[in-house]
Formats: sequence, structure tokens, C-alpha cells
Amino acid sequence: MTEISASESRFPRHVALAALLIALVLLPLGLGERPFELRMLTVIFLYAVLGHGWNVLGGYAGQTSIGHGVFLGIGAYTSTLLVLKLGVSPWLGMLAGGAMAALVGVLIGIPCFRLKGHYFVIATLVVAESAYQLFAAWDWIGGALGLQLPISPEGYAGLQFHRHKAGYYYVALGLLAAATGLMWWLQRSRFGFVLQAMRDDEDAVRSLGFSPLAYKLAAMALSAGIVGTAGVFYAQYVLFIDPASVLALHLSVLMALIPILGGAGTVAGPIVGAAVLVPISEYSRVWFSGSGRNADLLIYGLLIMLIAAYRPAGLVGMFSQSGEGGARRNKPAAREANAPANSG
Amino acid sequence: MSEQLLIQLLVSGLGMGFIFALIAIGLTLIYGVMGVVNFAHGEFLMLAMYGSYFAFASWGADPLVSLPFVAVAMFVFGVLVYYVLVRRVLQGAMYAQIFATFGLMVFLQALAQFSFGADYLAIRSSLLSGVVEIGSIVLPAPQLAAVVGASVATGLIYLLVFRTGIGRSLRAAAQDRQAAATLGINVDHMYALAWGIGAACVGVAGSLLSNFYPVFPRVGAVFVLAAYVVVALGGFGSVHGALVAGLAIGLLQVLAGFFVSSQLKFVPVYLLYLVVVLLRPRGLFGRN
Repeated sequence: MTEISASESRFPRHVALAALLIALVLLPLGLGERPFELRMLTVIFLYAVLGHGWNVLGGYAGQTSIGHGVFLGIGAYTSTLLVLKLGVSPWLGMLAGGAMAALVGVLIGIPCFRLKGHYFVIATLVVAESAYQLFAAWDWIGGALGLQLPISPEGYAGLQFHRHKAGYYYVALGLLAAATGLMWWLQRSRFGFVLQAMRDDEDAVRSLGFSPLAYKLAAMALSAGIVGTAGVFYAQYVLFIDPASVLALHLSVLMALIPILGGAGTVAGPIVGAAVLVPISEYSRVWFSGSGRNADLLIYGLLIMLIAAYRPAGLVGMFSQSGEGGARRNKPAAREANAPANSG
Repeated sequence: MSEQLLIQLLVSGLGMGFIFALIAIGLTLIYGVMGVVNFAHGEFLMLAMYGSYFAFASWGADPLVSLPFVAVAMFVFGVLVYYVLVRRVLQGAMYAQIFATFGLMVFLQALAQFSFGADYLAIRSSLLSGVVEIGSIVLPAPQLAAVVGASVATGLIYLLVFRTGIGRSLRAAAQDRQAAATLGINVDHMYALAWGIGAACVGVAGSLLSNFYPVFPRVGAVFVLAAYVVVALGGFGSVHGALVAGLAIGLLQVLAGFFVSSQLKFVPVYLLYLVVVLLRPRGLFGRN
């Protein structure tokens, strides 16, 4: 890959994107007989959407959350309960799940955004862990045993595909395209600019007459809404949810790692991060023959440390030296890494 | 009867409380000296517990005997983590620091599961198993030992930090890095020392804990989340605060587990965190 310069004409990039999209749409026709690859791509799309969701709050607004698993869980539980108890279509469930997650996000945000730095990070962790324990103890929603979705006829109407998994692939691709478009807009919108300015200097933004709290809450609602919507897809894809599969801490960590690995605060970051992490995880699971030994986590733990220590701007930052927000913010890391050594 | 039960609850609450306090003192010391939260702290605890377990399983060394060795090994490990990883992200954005230690957390947890499997391993029939009977009151010996051991360790840390020259240099580095460097203190060494002491605290806590708690790859998460609450409650960087808050959390957790629900015993602890940091954003004993 060569360096992308800002002065380059926009036209070829749009063509390349369109070609990529067409290729992705046509791909399942060629992959029909290869369920492993189809599944992996579907999971990449799903995780990229989750990464986009985290990125709104963590990357653009600069509020590092390690509790976003809550929103995945709320989305998944909302739609599943609607299907189970009221027979509502999962497509409406997707709207409801996203809205519910956004609402809960705002409710969590109102107290938590009064906290700064590490206090905020730990508050998100604590909220997520409390949610896990409450959901596991709440029998009406299945408790620790979880909920099984009733099998419905295959097709887009019920959002279930039993034999032709390409349906899931297209829904995930659609979600990813929508989320990526949203991020594209966000990065160029006034809203997005205020978020990024707030991340870099909150006092300056306040002095310009913007309310940081209102913008943080809006970012939280959008962020949680995207994750909640993706959570509904997850529930429909797996057809079984329990606190361990949709609310566990490692999901919250993963959701943050994907954009951080790719490049926090960039449109491409979550996609790149998911495209790198998911195959590592899927292939290492195959290589170590699913022994439940977590070889995939071993590799990504190592990757995260290396990225944080050597490339804090993420993979995207390696190719574009200037411009993208995440890259600029982290420059001092590289420059002053040896500072303590000189002081002795 | 109920009086006896209450005393037993108090002792096991204090036992847990001292363990929480010791873990939290390590965390708060590292944070106080250089402003970094060690998200892998729970995994340090797990390593210490595996250390005690394997010393017992392989050589029959009682956790009480291996305790000093585990503590020293953890000290060395903490210093290594500082030089290899933390030092590189010290001047970076906050989230580079968070994710450096988060990466370490994920890595160590996966490494433990990869090497030792996910099984719960417990030390049986150590020197401290069984009970101590005082009149009609029966107290679990491991928890009593945790109270004694952890309070001794806390006392030693306190003396080291507040009554020795090294401790003074450590506090100077924490207060003002540049001024300390001007006075000839090697700040880099002080940071490494903070990581060493922080990890050694967890080493002691892990050794004491292995007498009455099984070890498994995710054991760290159980304790460290409570330790964050303790640190925040006591105020980031406050050693006294961590001790007081640790005892309070230990008692609260045991009492909530008994009177409310054993499934939800940590929820009141987490709620307490939110209430305290919202009312007193710097914690009970935090500095500005």
C-alpha cells in the first residue's frame, strides 16, 4: 500500500470504494460452498460496526469507555424479548434495540460524564459489570440460563437464515455500509468537529459557548445506538443469548480494541481493526483446534501492547502521517517516550 | 449463635477487606507516583496465586513458606513490566496508557489459560487450613491469617513510603517529577520501584488468598474490580484511603452477600463507587 496524499484527486478513491462494495456484494456467489469464509466476513462486518459505535464516543469524543458491552447486551435482549413475549419483527426490534441502548446510554452518561479520566473509565467498567450481574440474576429475562430465539421460517422477514447464510452476510454488510456512511458524515459535520475539538481541548470548546455535556450525551446516544442495533443482529445471527455471550467484559474490551488497533477517531480504523483481528481470532481458533485455550486472545493481547507502545495512532496512522485525528493526538508519545530516562 | 455468626462474618469481611486493601495499595501507589492505572493488576494477582499454587503442588511448599519468594518474584516482574512496557507509553495519550496495560491484562489472562487451562485449582490442607476456636467462636484460619499477614504488609509499606529515605524520594517523584530530578533523584528508578512495590503487594495478597480461594485464569477480575472501587473510594494515590476503603468494601461485600443475595454481592460495592465519586469526585481521601 502506498501513502495516500491529501492532494490526490478524489475521483479514483470513490471508484475504488464502489468497486470494493460491488465485489463484496458479489462475493457470496463465489463463496457459496465455503461457509468458513462467509462466516468470517460476516463477523468482520459485525465487529467493524461495533467498532464504529465505540469510535463515536471513544475515538471522536475522546471518552474512553470499557463498558460498551452493556449496549450490545441491551440491544440483543430488547429485540429477543420483543420477539419472545410480543412476537414483534426483529426489524422493528432493531429500531427498538438501538433506541433502548441510546436511552440507557444517556441515562448512564448523565452521572458518568461528570467524571474525568480514569474515574470515567472505571465508572464504565463498573456499570457494565453491574449490568452483567443484574441480568444474570433477573429470572424474567432468562437469568444466567439465557434466552433462546424461536426458530422462524428462513428469510429476510424474520431475519433468520438456516441454510443460506449469505442472508446474514448481506444484512451485516448493509449495517456496515450504513454505519460507515454515518461516520463519513460525522467526520465532516459540525457535530463531529465539535466532538473532536472537545476531545482535544474541552475548556476551549466550552468557552466558545458549546455545552460539553450535551455533546457528550449526544455522542453517547449515537454510539450506544449503533452498538445496540448491531446487538440485535448478533442475537438473530446466533439465536441464543445469555449474559456471558452479550454482556461479558471481554466484549467491551474487544469493542474498544478494534478501533484502537485500526486507528481511533478515523473512519477506516474500525474496519481495518476488525479485518485484522477477526481473521487472527478465527484462524488461531482453527490452528489450535478449538481447545478453548484462547490462543487468539494471546495474540491480540500482544498486538495491543505493541500497538500502544509503538504505534499509538493505530494501523491507519502508519499510512497517513498527518490529518487523521487519532494520529495527531498521540504524537507526543513517540517523541517523549524516553523522557524519564534523561531525568536521572 | 447469631452473635457468633456476626463475628464470623466480620472476620471474613475483614479478611477480604485486608486483601482488597493490599491489592488497592499497590494500584494506588503506582497511580499516585506516575498517574497510570494498571489495568493488569488483577492478572498480577493471578500470577502470584499460580505461583503459590505451583510451589505447593510441585514442591509441597506451603503458601506461607513461599510467600516471600512470590513477593520478590512479583517485585522483579513489576519492575520488568515498567521497563519493557509502561515506560514507553508514559508520555503518551491517556488511552495509549490504558490500552498498554489492558493489552497486558488480555495477554496474561490468555497466557494462563493457554498454559494451565481454565480449571479451578485449589490448595488443600495447607498449614493454615482449618479453623481457630476461641471459646465458642469458630473462626476460619486462612481469613485470620489474611488479616494478620495483610496488616503486617500494609504496615511495612507504610513505613517504607513514609519513614525512609527511599520513600521520601518516591513521594518527591510523585509530587513533582522535574523538581525531584533537579534534586538528584532518579525519577525513572522511582517509577520502576513503584511498579515493583505495587506488584509485590499483590504478590503478598495472592499468597494469602491462595489459602482460601481457588486460582483460575480470570480470578483477577473478581478482585481487581473491587480494588478499583477501593482506590477510587479512598482517592487515587492515597495509601491511607486505600486501607480504610478496602476494609469498608470487604465488610460491605460480605454483609451484602449474606443479607441481600450472594449472586449480587458486588452490586452494592459498585453502586457505592458511583455515589462516592459523584459526591466527592476525588474520593474520600483524595488530593487535588
